[in-house]
Amino acid sequence: MGAALALDTLIDARTVWRGQPASVPEVACHPTGCMALDRALPAGGWPPSALSEVLFDADGVGELGLVLPLLARLTRDGGRVCLVAPPYRVHAAAWMQAGVDMACLQRVDAPARDAAWAAEQCLRSGACAAVVCWPHRADDRTLRRLHVAAGTGQCVGIAFRDAREARNPSPAALRLQVHAGREVRVLKCKGGLAPARSFQLPARAA
Amino acid sequence: MRWACLLLPHLAKDAVLRQQPEPRDPAAPGVKDDPALEVAARDMLANWAYGFSSQVSLKFPRAIVLEIGASHALFGDWPCLERRLRSELQALGFRHRIVAAPNPFAARVLANVHDGLGIGEAHLDTALGQVPVARSGLPATARATLERSGLRTLREVFALSRDSIARRFPAGVLRHLDALRGLHAPPLPWFQPPDRFEARIEFDHEVESSHALWFPLRRLTADLAAFLGARDGGVQRFVLRFEHECRAHSELAIGLLAPERDAGMLFEIARNRLDALRLPAAVRGLQLVASELPAFVPASRDLFDARPQQAVPWEQLRERLRARLGDDAVQGIALQADHRPELATGDGTGARAVLPSPLALRPAWLLPRPVPLHGATTLLAGPERIESGWWDGGDTRRDYYVVETREGQCAWAFAPPGETTPLMLHGWFA
Repeated sequence: MGAALALDTLIDARTVWRGQPASVPEVACHPTGCMALDRALPAGGWPPSALSEVLFDADGVGELGLVLPLLARLTRDGGRVCLVAPPYRVHAAAWMQAGVDMACLQRVDAPARDAAWAAEQCLRSGACAAVVCWPHRADDRTLRRLHVAAGTGQCVGIAFRDAREARNPSPAALRLQVHAGREVRVLKCKGGLAPARSFQLPARAA
Repeated sequence: MRWACLLLPHLAKDAVLRQQPEPRDPAAPGVKDDPALEVAARDMLANWAYGFSSQVSLKFPRAIVLEIGASHALFGDWPCLERRLRSELQALGFRHRIVAAPNPFAARVLANVHDGLGIGEAHLDTALGQVPVARSGLPATARATLERSGLRTLREVFALSRDSIARRFPAGVLRHLDALRGLHAPPLPWFQPPDRFEARIEFDHEVESSHALWFPLRRLTADLAAFLGARDGGVQRFVLRFEHECRAHSELAIGLLAPERDAGMLFEIARNRLDALRLPAAVRGLQLVASELPAFVPASRDLFDARPQQAVPWEQLRERLRARLGDDAVQGIALQADHRPELATGDGTGARAVLPSPLALRPAWLLPRPVPLHGATTLLAGPERIESGWWDGGDTRRDYYVVETREGQCAWAFAPPGETTPLMLHGWFA
């Protein structure tokens, strides 16, 4: 091992991990709707073709507000969005106020034991632009399956989970936690260091 | 080379063998011919051949003749078409010989001695001349007379004068010889495809696991797909009938949202429904009946659509989800013209309403039914009076407030008109 190795070859072969990527690699990025948050994320927003997690303490703290701008943009472009086993009834007026084209929105009702299966089918199919799911007590294996399926189907996968899951590791490319008062913290973002500060989501507008 | 003849020398045996799981051994003892199965297999094959040509005839026993001259533009020249016919017959499980000739009678006779031959007008006489009299398709008495006269091949028969043939043999012999050479073309009865698909597989033992039904199910759905492809149609509803010993049949009706005809997809949907089914007894036979066969409109795809290779179209994904989760599992979401929150969202089947422009903020989630809201709350906005439905019996009068709970949750709650308590939680501003 006396020979010196050129640093470039090691980096090109991806044998050395660099703390900060030299450039933003993703081309098709999905902005979150919060400029400060977009700038802090390595993908410039939601990572495409990957699973992202939104962890929240309680209903109604602004967890959907984080996702609605993405869904509005995707559905306006004609992309299909599937909601797999949503926890409550969708109130169409509010989603339309947020700019979502309801013609592109599909609700998939599934019992708890089939929800992960349905989400994986939707993610893997390539027929959806985004799949939003609420997996119950999902383990590492299930999430990894969803993450791989999102990569296969080139689809944005978003899993809403309880804030208590924040302690457990997850294969998701991006993990955001929403606290009361529409405050967002980045727990993990693949390809960069998670920023230590928190971000304030814009207020709801009618 | 306008006519192809598909000779199926082992039609009866293949019709029985293809009902059995792989691997099949044609030499296996105990394979008994079944006339009903043979007829069913012949009709199925005629349907399949109808996909290549509108002129298909079953005039000859154990053979199918079809016009291919008009199909060159669509299916390519004879070697291409022959390859395709062979591979599809192979997949359907029939041993076969294929010959193409300028007329259907010559094709049928040449198939007796050749396989894979494709000849044009120029070589017809030469090819026919080499056919032995014994295999020329002539009546047995005429064959015996010709052979006793020392004539071994058709060339020698063609050399005889017409007068002497007309004098010595029944009229049918000269007609047959003329038809072979294309001098005279008797009309053929054409095959007409039925408007209904029905196929049945009977088992020689009782099947107790749904897993073991997969194989016959795959056969039936593949046959159905071949039938649909031939008549350029789709299927929207079909019934699987399970036959039991000593009790009434059980049925499984499978309905699709749009007409489909892909073999793999039909099988997958049927299999998923079958897995969820509990049959009351062991199964002796399986039948597939499809009586509604609407026109099939293929989904249009964008040429430059950059979706992944293994992508599943939305229609197929929707059917897959419905097959496992239930018929109502996948629904659209749409706004309905009603001010009552519980009636303001529909499944997209009715008329779509437009958003009223001065509308106060609405919550994204609505609770299935309002529940009492306990604990201290801060009032953020309200009241907004919603009063509607006096005409249809669902009279509603409520004052809605936007409130924040102690945990920082933003809620939509209502109280009786003119009051602020008790608050009923109806939605979350998530």
